[in-house]
Amino acid sequence: MSAANPANTSGHLLEIKDLEVGFRTSRGEVKALNGINFTMDAGETVAIVGESGSGKSTTAAAIINLLPGTGRISGGSVLFEGRDLAKATRSEMEEIRGKHIGYVPQDPMSNLNPVWSIGFQVEETIKANGLASGRKEVRAKAIEVLQQAGLADAEKRLRQFPHQFSGGMRQRVLIGIGLAAKPRLLIADEPTSALDVTVQRRILDHLASLTETDRTALLFITHDLGLAAERAEKLIVMYKGKIVEAGPSLEILQNPAHPYTQRLIAAAPSLASRRIQSAGVSLGGIEHDVASSAEGVDLIAAAETRVEQLGAAAGARPAIEVDNLTKVFKIRTGGLRSENFTAVDDVSFAIPKGTTMALVGESGSGKSTVAKLLLGLEQATSGTITIEGRRTEKLKGRELLALRRAMQPVFQDPYGSLDPLHNIGNTIAEPLRIHGVGDRASRRDRVTELLDQVSLPRVIAGRYPNELSGGQRQRVAIARALALKPDIVVLDEAVSALDVLVQAQILRLLADLQAELKLTYLFITHDLAVVRVIADNVAVMQRGKIVEAATTDEVFDNPREKYTRDLLDAIPGSGIKMGI
Amino acid sequence: MSSETPGAGTTRSANHYVADVEETPIASIDAVDLDEKPSNLWIDAWRDLRHRPMFWISSILILFIVFVAIFPTVFTQVDPRACDLAFSNAGPAAGHPLGYTKQGCDIYSRIVHGASTSLSVGIIVILLTTIAGVVFGALAGFFGGFVDTVLSRAGDIFFSIPYILAAVVIMSVFSENRNILVIALAIGAFAWPSTARVLRSEVLRVKNADFVMAAQATGLSRMGILFKHVLPNSIAPVIVVTTLSLGAAITAEATLSFLGVGLPGQTMSWGNDISQAQRDLRTDPQVLIYPSIALTTTVLSFILLGESLRDALDPKARALR
Repeated sequence: MSAANPANTSGHLLEIKDLEVGFRTSRGEVKALNGINFTMDAGETVAIVGESGSGKSTTAAAIINLLPGTGRISGGSVLFEGRDLAKATRSEMEEIRGKHIGYVPQDPMSNLNPVWSIGFQVEETIKANGLASGRKEVRAKAIEVLQQAGLADAEKRLRQFPHQFSGGMRQRVLIGIGLAAKPRLLIADEPTSALDVTVQRRILDHLASLTETDRTALLFITHDLGLAAERAEKLIVMYKGKIVEAGPSLEILQNPAHPYTQRLIAAAPSLASRRIQSAGVSLGGIEHDVASSAEGVDLIAAAETRVEQLGAAAGARPAIEVDNLTKVFKIRTGGLRSENFTAVDDVSFAIPKGTTMALVGESGSGKSTVAKLLLGLEQATSGTITIEGRRTEKLKGRELLALRRAMQPVFQDPYGSLDPLHNIGNTIAEPLRIHGVGDRASRRDRVTELLDQVSLPRVIAGRYPNELSGGQRQRVAIARALALKPDIVVLDEAVSALDVLVQAQILRLLADLQAELKLTYLFITHDLAVVRVIADNVAVMQRGKIVEAATTDEVFDNPREKYTRDLLDAIPGSGIKMGI
Repeated sequence: MSSETPGAGTTRSANHYVADVEETPIASIDAVDLDEKPSNLWIDAWRDLRHRPMFWISSILILFIVFVAIFPTVFTQVDPRACDLAFSNAGPAAGHPLGYTKQGCDIYSRIVHGASTSLSVGIIVILLTTIAGVVFGALAGFFGGFVDTVLSRAGDIFFSIPYILAAVVIMSVFSENRNILVIALAIGAFAWPSTARVLRSEVLRVKNADFVMAAQATGLSRMGILFKHVLPNSIAPVIVVTTLSLGAAITAEATLSFLGVGLPGQTMSWGNDISQAQRDLRTDPQVLIYPSIALTTTVLSFILLGESLRDALDPKARALR
């Protein structure tokens, strides 16, 4: 990007001074932002990085004065081209929004109105900002906007509705709407976090080229440190409503000065290089002990040496063997007709005991269907699944129950995977009750033991899920999965919904549990970066087929398939040289 | 915060700003906050209800009405059937605070003794609609497919007939032996589909939750999942609907009695009293007004209780206000 800035000699495009935002709650006003200071100039790309609750989205919303709920700017100023937006009236703000400051929201699925055509929604923006008048001109402008956003045959697409667009295409439309009036500043709040990595990459490339041509300043909000460093020249790290570190991206990444930034970089899986070393480390003394983990979790340091434990497992019978597995769904196409859809297409793999295999793929690749088939939640159309030497497709009653005992799942959504009406103790003990293991007292002891294993305080047994954070809920889900002492745990996107530090902590916990209990993991994920730190073997799925399968190092160092290479290249921050 | 502003100055070379570590201490990752009180849907709802005057007012009124219905003699010693035409439509007198009906019966006593009729009808109706609604709604939502189609269409048929109209027809057929049970059946037979619909949509929502899949993967049976996880998580809206429809059922009984197809004249009921009073409305309004007040208060109490429960159990409805 351009380095010099001949315009703006008098002042900055955006200057935020001592910005404070408070939210009114029943316990009085709670400060979400605590004195934020930063500036942006024309043509500059700045990224705000932080975990959920750090105040990064609140900062973006405060700039355009669209704070949700009871939020209000309680101090400081937002100077945009010298005007204080914090004191602007509603009509002044409406004039500025869209025309001078564009906004691209986070979720492309819910930010387009499903009952209006795409054309109508783009034209609405054009009319609201007075970019064109007269039906024909507005239409022509709408086509131009969509073409610039990178939509082929924009003219035809105008008449289509949001549900006919993929997530990536919707995000292009939203970017088009955000940039329609050629604003001086574009705020993009997690614009691609709901999209697949390859789509994310194309969208961000496009966004970068658009902002570069018009010298639009881009304020980029993200939770992904790698992405931020790759896309922005300036980085702002936020933590608990404050800026803890700010400066040139590479400089911060290579020489983080604030302990929080150091912790964040250490935990970012996209920047780590090797698998978490697990074996040989006793469970008691590591950082995942929540109470004392002030220093955080360091994936990179932990990954420096990889203990060779695979040699021992090589000769043994694999824990899971899947042969020519196929699953065909019937999709109703309206009326009585139906169409066949092959979700899983002739998939074969084997997982040696005590190892982790990652099944990687983008949305719709069939990876979660494989998990459901394995867990017996769906019936395979053809092919066989062999668990610990036993074929599973004909198992019934007692034998099926025994199989379920040996294999337990952990699901993605930490908010949906625990019954909100059962307390934590009962949730963890449920598998024991179903299988009639032990009496009340022994089950209670087992719950205590499991809580210790996942590093949760014992008193939590009497609590309910809605009091816990996402990471804590996921620990409970892991404890429940371990209750019956299974040999195999199927982790379906088990860390995808978590903040990066919590994610690193859970990954660490999983690695430790694997070493201690000799567990076999099938780790299903869309996130290749995570794969690198957790998996021994990788299988890459695309449209129901496994296109590449090898050890993790092989796949990362010498990907054979183009699709795998694309996926690897699309990991944000993968090209950044770290200072270690 | 330090006075140094990141990126300050007119040059583009952004300086590396680091906040004072003392001022931005970092907390431990994902520590468990044990100070909060235990909470789940029901505990939270109770905490919310506790602060609602409407909940207390309606609950106390309902408890009072129930008490009156069970022990009417605590409130009046006057026999509601001891009527004397000499007092026809007479005003209040000593021991008879609300005056007399056309038949010369004591209005206050008739209202006190009529409470049990209204309440019994209401309670029997909601017992019927809840049992039928929960069974059909849960089965339709949980098993889906053919079961759902059959049960939902059956519900639609009942739903498409206004239940007052249906009750009028049924009551006309049973003109010989009308009693509380018959009238409750007539109302309930056509009122259950709304309960079933509410529960069905909740069950559809809950049965796809991850915790249901987790229980399934552990080996819990279908029925175990339905009773342990799905029903408890979908019953809250049913409770709201039930409370609201209790008021509606009491109104329905009064309506049917008013129309002359409800309970037989000798049964003490607010509906019957209102029906008989309509002829003297212009000359002696008190005969109509007092039983009407009793009826309205009772129905309103249940509706207010239902609304409080709805607000407490559904935080979304609360946020919309």
